[in-house]
Amino acid sequence: MAAPDGLALQVRAVTKRFGGLVAVDAVSFDVKAGEVFALIGPNGAGKTTLFNCVTGLFPPTEGGVIFEGRDIAGSKPHQVAGLGIARTFQNIRLFEYMSALDNVRVGQHVRMKAKLWDALFTTPKARREEARVTATARELLDFVGIGRHADSYARNLAYGQQRRLEIARALATRPRLLLLDEPAAGFNPQEKVELMGLVQKIIGQGITVFLIEHDMKVVMGASQRIAVLDHGEKIAEGSPEEVRRNPRVIEAYLGKSA
Amino acid sequence: MSGAATAVAAGRRASAGAFLREKSKDPNAIAYTAMLTAAVLFAPVAQFVTGGNGDYLVSQAADCGVYVLLAIGLNVVVGFAGLLDLGYAAFFAIGAYTYGMLASNQLVSSPIGHGIHIPFWIALFIAMFVAAGAGALLGAPTLRLRGDYLAIVTLGFGEIVPRFFRNLGTLTGGVNGISALDAPRLPFWLDGPWVGGGTLGVSTDFRFTSGNPTAFYVLMILLLLGCVLLVNNLFASRLGRAWMAVREDEVAAAAMGVNTVNIKLLAFGIGAAFSGFAGAFYGAKLAIVSPENFGFVVSVTILAMVVLGGMGNIPGAMIGAIVLYFVLFKFLPDAPQQAIGISKSLGLDFLVTPTPNWPGIGEEISRMKFLLFGLILVLIMLLRPQGLLPSQVRKDEFTRGTAADTVYDLETT
Repeated sequence: MAAPDGLALQVRAVTKRFGGLVAVDAVSFDVKAGEVFALIGPNGAGKTTLFNCVTGLFPPTEGGVIFEGRDIAGSKPHQVAGLGIARTFQNIRLFEYMSALDNVRVGQHVRMKAKLWDALFTTPKARREEARVTATARELLDFVGIGRHADSYARNLAYGQQRRLEIARALATRPRLLLLDEPAAGFNPQEKVELMGLVQKIIGQGITVFLIEHDMKVVMGASQRIAVLDHGEKIAEGSPEEVRRNPRVIEAYLGKSA
Repeated sequence: MSGAATAVAAGRRASAGAFLREKSKDPNAIAYTAMLTAAVLFAPVAQFVTGGNGDYLVSQAADCGVYVLLAIGLNVVVGFAGLLDLGYAAFFAIGAYTYGMLASNQLVSSPIGHGIHIPFWIALFIAMFVAAGAGALLGAPTLRLRGDYLAIVTLGFGEIVPRFFRNLGTLTGGVNGISALDAPRLPFWLDGPWVGGGTLGVSTDFRFTSGNPTAFYVLMILLLLGCVLLVNNLFASRLGRAWMAVREDEVAAAAMGVNTVNIKLLAFGIGAAFSGFAGAFYGAKLAIVSPENFGFVVSVTILAMVVLGGMGNIPGAMIGAIVLYFVLFKFLPDAPQQAIGISKSLGLDFLVTPTPNWPGIGEEISRMKFLLFGLILVLIMLLRPQGLLPSQVRKDEFTRGTAADTVYDLETT
């Protein structure tokens, strides 16, 4: 289903200005279908802003976002989700007072067809769909490893489980491109390894993964290609090895040597 | 063979028992059972207790049903989708006026020139659609607003609609409203002891009149049964879940593919549809609609019913409506007479007789009516802030405390 050129996502000179502040400055890169692409950079580099531009939470001021050959810049978040892009949030944004199962079932909302009529009268069609959605939701919870907690409120899950639930909820929208915003934030090394295992499993399902990460070590191990943002500008792009040796990246991360 | 059949029967018995045991612990199931039982028994018991003079009580119960219906509708908007609507009575007015214009001679004197008389059963649904349409129409431009801003806009709408009807001249009868609305009719009706002292029999071409409130009462119970079933289905559906998600976190819901504007519009429209039902029924029962009946106080009363009963829980909102209706329209109006009666029976006659410094206990209490009402509201909210019959979620929010505020990374506009 990927575009013929094998590109899942093309970011074309995307600029986002908030008043006088340029959060993202003419950033371009491509995410190839089936790879793990990482976006790294110091705090405030504009990584999450770029994610928000891609997922439609706000439109880019300038530039294009092309998903599988279609320009989606300026689309609404629910349209973007419908097209096949799902995301998680840096500060976990679960539906706290809904069960883990219901969180994942909401994720499938966009793939469900029950209309008002079906909902009002619980038609056999709606009942079948509901049963299917519930089964899928349980599978997804098992897939991310929190199947035992299906009936707990999202807010009562442990931190790591909440991160996993967010991924399950995002996967429930049946995306072809999954955006993970610092999925390993606050994780210990062991949990980070487990998370990267999960990312590999997701790739194994044919879903392209585009992630933001702070921890260089995690990124180096897990991703095929990396782009580096600093002060809203892309300062490097390439394989982990290339990026690691890039003097501008070293400077951004470690500061200019005196 | 018979052994297998017995085993199956035993299994069924056991599962029925388990079902009942489980349901007997569910406060909502208890509430529904209690309300249904009370609804069925109310009319005959009222007639029996008053010796056949219970028509007034039955009529009041039917009016109470109007508020229950309104509370169910507002609960969809406020409780499910989390949209604060301070002008809900506007949709109630639209429902009532729709029925008024479609089922009376009002339009004879209007530019249209002849009266329209659509049967109640059809007009009921027309009123529903018109109210729902008005809900969608108001919602479309305003539902991008959040929280307090939306509340202010709905407040304005609630003020505009009754004024609009008052100033529409001959179409709506202006200040006087529309009178002599058609009564609902049925080809036949079952008479019996449930109609004040009547005997068993069948009458044909039955008309719902104020002389027979039982008919309206039965109609209201049926209407409520249908609405409760539908709204329960809705709550358990994909749409109910989406409403909850929008209430919990609108940005996350949008990112998960929920069209937040549409889903909120739907909540608004469906909430309005219920008040359209309620309005048509109210107009038919009273046989008159006037702009005075749909003021801000009505909106606030319905909102208080929902909050007091337990926001987001259908039987909770219904119980809230019943309790508040009782307090407002039965307990408080009767309180002065009751106080006089109690004082007399306690031998405290001096309390009853007015003196230059003391108006008499009856007058005193009737002056303090709204103070008492306020006190009752404050007391209920202090003792049960989560509502009389809260939803599980709301109960948990109150008992476990709300989560620390998340620092959101963005807000959509």
